[in-house]
Amino acid sequence: MRSVDVVVIGAGPAGMSCAVEASAAGLSVLVLDENPAPGGQIWRGIETATERRGRILGPDYGAGRTVAQAFRASKADYLPSALVWNISTEKVVEYSHRGASHQVQAGAVVSATGAFERPNPLPGWTLPGVTTVGALQILLKSAGLVEEDAVLVGSGPLLWLMAAQLVDAGVPPKAVVETTPKGRVLAALRHLPRALRARDYLWKGLALMRRVKAAGVPVHSHATGIRIEGKDQAEAVSFAANGRRVRIESGHIALHHGVVPNQQVTRLMRAEHVWDASQMCFRPVLSDMGETSVAGLFVAGDGTGIGGAKAAALQGRLLGLRLAARAGRSVAPERIERLSAGLAREGSVRPFLEALYAPPAWINAPEDATIVCRCEEITAGQVRAAVDLGAPGPNQVKSYLRSGMGPCQGRVCGLLVSQIIAAKRGLPPQKDDYYRIRPPMKPLPLTELAAYRPEGAK
Amino acid sequence: MTPAEAGRSADLLVIGGGIHGCSTAFHAAQRGLKVIVIEKDSVARHASGVNAGGVRRLGRALPEIPISERSMQIWYGIADLLDDDCGFQVAPQIKVCETEEELDRMRARAASVRAMGFGHEVILDQAELRSYLPAVAPHAVGALASLRDGFAQPYRTTFAFQRKAQSLGVRFHEGLAAQRVSREGRDWIVDTAEGRFRAPVLLNAAGAWGGEIAAQLGERAPVEAIAPMMIVTARLPHFCDAVVGAAGRPLSFKQMPNGTVVIGGGIRGNADPRTNLSEILFPALQRTAETAADLFPIMRGATIVRSWSGVEGRMPDDIPVIGPSARHEGLFHEFGFSAHGFQMGPGTGAIMAELIATGQTDAPLAPFSIARFASQDASTTH
Repeated sequence: MRSVDVVVIGAGPAGMSCAVEASAAGLSVLVLDENPAPGGQIWRGIETATERRGRILGPDYGAGRTVAQAFRASKADYLPSALVWNISTEKVVEYSHRGASHQVQAGAVVSATGAFERPNPLPGWTLPGVTTVGALQILLKSAGLVEEDAVLVGSGPLLWLMAAQLVDAGVPPKAVVETTPKGRVLAALRHLPRALRARDYLWKGLALMRRVKAAGVPVHSHATGIRIEGKDQAEAVSFAANGRRVRIESGHIALHHGVVPNQQVTRLMRAEHVWDASQMCFRPVLSDMGETSVAGLFVAGDGTGIGGAKAAALQGRLLGLRLAARAGRSVAPERIERLSAGLAREGSVRPFLEALYAPPAWINAPEDATIVCRCEEITAGQVRAAVDLGAPGPNQVKSYLRSGMGPCQGRVCGLLVSQIIAAKRGLPPQKDDYYRIRPPMKPLPLTELAAYRPEGAK
Repeated sequence: MTPAEAGRSADLLVIGGGIHGCSTAFHAAQRGLKVIVIEKDSVARHASGVNAGGVRRLGRALPEIPISERSMQIWYGIADLLDDDCGFQVAPQIKVCETEEELDRMRARAASVRAMGFGHEVILDQAELRSYLPAVAPHAVGALASLRDGFAQPYRTTFAFQRKAQSLGVRFHEGLAAQRVSREGRDWIVDTAEGRFRAPVLLNAAGAWGGEIAAQLGERAPVEAIAPMMIVTARLPHFCDAVVGAAGRPLSFKQMPNGTVVIGGGIRGNADPRTNLSEILFPALQRTAETAADLFPIMRGATIVRSWSGVEGRMPDDIPVIGPSARHEGLFHEFGFSAHGFQMGPGTGAIMAELIATGQTDAPLAPFSIARFASQDASTTH
């Protein structure tokens, strides 16, 4: 079996940066990424974006080009279109590439699999025509496609960024419906002094909002009671704002309530997690170095807790250097100090943003009739009824209802089901209140398994 | 006796909240016994909640057939018994033969089952096989079948036994391990983190951990912890109504009502009873995937979306330990079902409750006695 010092999963900001530093210091590094080109979600299509698309997406997106170039120039072995579908307790990484599966023995595994969007279980969210803001942005980054008449609904920096990008692309959204509850600005203010250490984020955020409003896009604030209407297809979104009910017709509704760490790899390997009340998600418990409770499994980037692309790249570089230092390679201590200081500065804006854009409580407490598990079509009411019967946690609910058993492996409903159960108990989710993740993490053709005969297999 | 002590004493103390512990508790409560169940994890956490869900009489070890038969009669009425359908559906269980030699072996098998007085196992010729399984590969020559077996949802079933038992007054203590088992006068004492439990009768239904409990009371039962592996596919168009096995290769195969296909067959992963964990070994599943695709060409278009496994207890002779202790009065064993205990759960629970409550049963339990391991040399342990 092939053996490498470090297997990095994911070629976004954290994965690429980690690979660059670790390979420069002399470690053998293999980067496995499911996309055909580097960049991850945030810098998707970075090597092929046209000048016009680059202008629309802005300088933060453009920054990815330098990182991708350094990554391409590095000694790290990079395998695009490679789907990691299992990692054994002995750190044998199993992945699919061009229709065949392979094994590689990793000395260390770095999970740099980033984040995904928090689910938005609103009435009508499973109708065709409803998507997420992140999915809309992927279309823009990868294909330059933009939807006309899109209504953006939710909260968070990405909502405003996308609205501004649509304005710049010449197809402004039909409306922005913001769900940030009243009083959040006030609650966030106490974090403002610290946030000023990274004030450029704040100015950028304000500039985005100004640009959207200046383009004449109607903005509705503090919206509640959101429903997507339509029979076989989204036709309109309705909500309450400023004491009245508003209805906006559109066949394209994009939802967004922030992003949460992707915990599939860390849960698969049974690392310990904690509930983060500020970000309303689980994150892995990490040592100062970035190691999980499972020896040899590390996390860098948004998978550690949401910090954004710049922080992810810094975390990746730091982890690359620390892995090299741990393996006895020479690493200048001042480089580690400098990167750590940069990371601390990046982190200073987070408490402000988290207080301001914490998702409204109702987004995690869907109505009984609303579907939470899209794969198996299980409603919030069914989950609550299972708890009433005596199912003690997410895994028993999963066994009982099949929620989380579909092809997405609970990526969409996992956090929701944890929170619905916790709410019934009146306590925040406990550390083990999450689905046990069963391999394969990504769907694997049966014929590929039937042909899977790795050399020296364990 | 303080109220706390009263809450921890019963007529029957059951160690293990799997299907056997839950079913026995339910049946004993039906007979008027006061029952407490102690489960170190959560009900149905291990083999009882994660097995393949086959409700199978077909192909059982001959001594198991009378018990399996009795259990089957309970299965047919399970929805009324437990107020939950348990996902149970009657369906044929079919063991496909790929060669004439395999079919001959199955003919002999069916004859010996008939000779015992049981008629559920029948031979299907090639045409009959195709009528039950139109999607089976053309090279299949026939099959051994039990046409009124079925399948159910394992977690749902065990959970339903628990709830029904609770409604009859059975108390469950989950997340509570039996740390030490001992005897005080005529009572069995089980020490736990929440104090001392006491009852004149003790049932060891601790599955893969049953050997340890028995050992504390001086009885030898060499249980091996195993982790049978299962894989499940994304939904496929409906093509199979039966639960399928193969006469010559390890396979268990069924299409669920929602279209997903569950494939198992006894290939094992790693089991660690100390940490409660099991691990899937995909290279070992290569053959399982190959067998499924060989027997059902439609499976060549299937996609695997999940796998699972769980910790199960296996005895060296692949049949369980069921019955009274060979050493102590008031002690009973019901564990080590060796990866085929799910179907027997309702029946063994009824039999054990009968035995505990009345002191006797007609069920032929002799082959399952724990005494069969007593004389063996320690070198046969695993």
